[in-house]
Amino acid sequence: MKVKVLCRNPDDYVRETTKDVQRVPRNYDPSLHPFEVPREYTRALNATKLERVFAKPFVASLDGHRDGVNCMAKHPSSLSTLLSGSCDGEVKVWNLPTRKCVRTLQAHEGFVRGMCVRFCGASFFTVGDDRTIKQWKMDTPGYGEEEELLNTILGKTVLTGIDHHQKESLFATCGQQVDIWDEQRSSPIRTFTWGVDSFSCVRFNPVETELLASCASDRSIVLYDMREANPLKKVIMSLRSNTLCWNPMEAYYFTCSNEDYNLYTFDMRRLDTPVTVHKDHVSAVLDLDYSPTGREFVSASFDKTIRIFPKNMGHSREVYHTKRMQHVICVRWSLDSRYIMAGSDEMNIRLWKANASEKLGVLTPREKAAQNYSQKLKSKFQHHPQIRRIAHHRHLPKGVYLQKKELQVMTAARRRKERNVKKHSKPGSIPTVAEKEKNIVAVVK
Amino acid sequence: MAAATEVALTESHVGKKKKKNAVKRYWETTEENETEEKNEQNRTQPNKEERKRKTETQGMKGGQKKKKTLKGKKTLSGNSDPFPGPAPIPKENIQKFERGDATKLSSETRGKLKHTLLHSESASDLAKTQAARFDLLLPEDAGFLEADEDEETCTIAQEDIAEAVDITSATKYFNLSLTQFGPYRLDYTRNGRHLLLGGRRGHVSCFDWQSKQLMCEINVMETVNDVRWLHTETMFAVAQKKWLYIYDSSGIELHCIRRFNDVLRMQFLPYHFLLATASSTGFLQYLDVSVGKEVAATCTKAGRLDVMAQNPYNAIIHLGHPTGTVTMWSPNQREPLVKMLCHRGGVRSLAVDKTGTYMVTSGLDRRLKVFDIRAFRPLQSYGLPAGASCLSLSQRGLLSASTGDTVQVYKDVWGTPVKKPYMAHRVHGSVWGVQFCPFEDVLGIGHSEGFTSMIVPGAGEPNFDGLDANPYRTVKQRQEWEVKALLEKIQPELICLEPAKLGEVDRASWEQRHREKVERLGFDPLAKEKFTPRQKKKGRSSTGNIQKRKKQVAHEDQRELMTKTVEERLIKEKEMSQKKKTTQGQGSALDRFNK
Repeated sequence: MKVKVLCRNPDDYVRETTKDVQRVPRNYDPSLHPFEVPREYTRALNATKLERVFAKPFVASLDGHRDGVNCMAKHPSSLSTLLSGSCDGEVKVWNLPTRKCVRTLQAHEGFVRGMCVRFCGASFFTVGDDRTIKQWKMDTPGYGEEEELLNTILGKTVLTGIDHHQKESLFATCGQQVDIWDEQRSSPIRTFTWGVDSFSCVRFNPVETELLASCASDRSIVLYDMREANPLKKVIMSLRSNTLCWNPMEAYYFTCSNEDYNLYTFDMRRLDTPVTVHKDHVSAVLDLDYSPTGREFVSASFDKTIRIFPKNMGHSREVYHTKRMQHVICVRWSLDSRYIMAGSDEMNIRLWKANASEKLGVLTPREKAAQNYSQKLKSKFQHHPQIRRIAHHRHLPKGVYLQKKELQVMTAARRRKERNVKKHSKPGSIPTVAEKEKNIVAVVK
Repeated sequence: MAAATEVALTESHVGKKKKKNAVKRYWETTEENETEEKNEQNRTQPNKEERKRKTETQGMKGGQKKKKTLKGKKTLSGNSDPFPGPAPIPKENIQKFERGDATKLSSETRGKLKHTLLHSESASDLAKTQAARFDLLLPEDAGFLEADEDEETCTIAQEDIAEAVDITSATKYFNLSLTQFGPYRLDYTRNGRHLLLGGRRGHVSCFDWQSKQLMCEINVMETVNDVRWLHTETMFAVAQKKWLYIYDSSGIELHCIRRFNDVLRMQFLPYHFLLATASSTGFLQYLDVSVGKEVAATCTKAGRLDVMAQNPYNAIIHLGHPTGTVTMWSPNQREPLVKMLCHRGGVRSLAVDKTGTYMVTSGLDRRLKVFDIRAFRPLQSYGLPAGASCLSLSQRGLLSASTGDTVQVYKDVWGTPVKKPYMAHRVHGSVWGVQFCPFEDVLGIGHSEGFTSMIVPGAGEPNFDGLDANPYRTVKQRQEWEVKALLEKIQPELICLEPAKLGEVDRASWEQRHREKVERLGFDPLAKEKFTPRQKKKGRSSTGNIQKRKKQVAHEDQRELMTKTVEERLIKEKEMSQKKKTTQGQGSALDRFNK
């Protein structure tokens, strides 16, 4: 007779001293782990619920401005520095970790219309309603010293926006025309015009650094190449675009915020159809900024909310609002892609987390692993109706909620009418226009 | 596995030889070349690959040494690694971790979807191989019992086994003589560490059966029908004469649940935290022990329910009835999911294996039957002289069947027909309950004279998972586990025949989903609205006018319908005529007789 009976030595399974970690022998045999899918589903459901529980995106409010915040600029190398310009011509430099204003300048008379930081981070430019372009040192002047201007240029017309080249000492301003300036000269080295109009925003392409785009008040978006004498092309839309922003990772793509409550992402090679139309705002969209990863962007709107859109999705994944936040005029995504800064009408700059339920501070490796695991579970079960309902639910202010309902009714009515007109007219006489292309009037080259 | 290493060995050996040949003295090379040339002449069609290799070796004569060191095939001592690469994994081991078939990409799948599918496929492959590789490191092997040539395993007595094995294992064969309050029913905890005994005449005791440490011993002074551990060893449920009671491990009565009366059998579903009870009034009830709520109460309309088993794979409750049928229940349906006629007489006992594939039943017709409960198909049928009163299946698929005062253990009853039991043991009184102890080679037998623990080599799963059921867990670990388990408690709504269904794509067609929606709502939300004429002013909404407008609309609808049917008919006629034309051309003379 040969016999062997299971007999475990407890020393192999129990820790030796109380200082040790407990031993956990594993066996991954699936028959020892029944109900794999239902248990994972339950975990995913819990993870989704916890995500909503921990969604506390508001970090801080920076107050100190004495008028509405009109523009903001990020420092290219210092994450803790933020610059903001207000409607009374004041510029403030903020230290974000301490949430304190470190410097205040009376830069202009009237609005500060635009500001940008030089690519090296040593100085910054502001333009204002007093038709001047001013260059300031980034360093705070020492005790007893006076604020010193590095350079002042008197423009001929009102200037509404400014952006600096990524590598060279060139910058572009917009007003009644788009000007390219050399930092060393007091007159523009090049001027672009295309019809008589005024421009609200000009932006350099961060990848293809010679390219520019601007939004004009004649409802068009104009593209330029600095190496050419004339503008490249423009697209005319049914309503005016307020600002635009290039995707920092994909050189061809840019997104513009429009007065018709939508944002449009364009491929600059094919301007006749937008790649994506981002709908969700219920009022004019005033500003937007891409995350440095190029996967998402944030938009600020007149409806007192900011929304975060994935770059290729038609609807937002997140909406931020508070009772006190008024019309949001400018918004920036921080360069570590974790925070969002929003400057609004009621003189405050608010700091939000880009990922609402993210835990701030250092994470232990186990925390990180748990987070990755729950992230994966959430994405695995995201289409299950119950999980989807919880993950997608957002509370909206009553005004926005009602407005959204109303807009739905309006679009449905419009669609119905369109359908009826088509039904009762000669077949083929009314062409079908894709929803995307409805707001594109023309492309001019 | 051995074959694979052999192959690897020969390969490396061959390579070594080649290299030796490659580095040649000048006087040797000429000879070699000559022989090679001769060989080539002899061969009619030289192998292309070999030629290539030759040219390579010839070309690299200078840089040979460098390449060797770069490749790193040699160890520091100068010998090449006889087992290069990762250890080979047997295919069956990988098979074990297979979860469904690989997704088949159609030729139309492109872009992001294709990328995602390929990526997930490769990830699951990696997970499979890693899990299978981990299997090589599992510390314990399963037990076994082999008889000598002239004897049978079933004739080997427990005493002999206890003598042959080590002292620790020998202590696992023991008898508890409890003659006063028997017969006994029993239950082991999920990690196999603790044992709960319930005597019919009210004696309830629980203890750590390996260290023989008594936790509590009480007499409830009432008939005890069944006892069952809850999720941990701190609480257990006792079905007494009238009500269901819950005690803690020190014997203190925690709850008396009056909603559950006349309970005869209980099953605890550990991942759902449900206690399923079957009563003599024919009710199947589910108690959620984590919140103390009754989840479902179903009247089975099948009389006294004293045969019950759970399917550990999908948490379906199986009930055996005196009519010979076995019904399967989930808490979500008032009707049984499945009703199977298994025996001619009544069903006496039931057991389901842990993979949820096989069900073993025994009936009053003195037959023992094995069913495949995925296909609902009988596999085997055995005749037992006196029938089996209690059945139990072990983790590794051994079946214990008790007849009167003997307990027989069978091996692999669903494979080839079994002639003889694997083991047999006779106890002093008639057997009332049997259960295999999880993760141990032990079968617990409760009978009228007490309790017997019997050694059955090869019954238990040798390697446990420390995060699921750990026999060596400390109090702290148990508490931690309890919190985790409660967090991932599966809702009772998710109990269904196929638990993996939840992770699959719902391929129901739009029509089917619409039909279900209509059924759920009680009306069709997409149905065409009935036309109601609008109220008009200035006398234009007289009854006659309204009638007229109604008629107009009805007329229009009718016209639409008519144009549609006419169009359809025209198309049909066209097709017919075309068919005729084609047939006319090639028709044979005999076609005229076709009618």
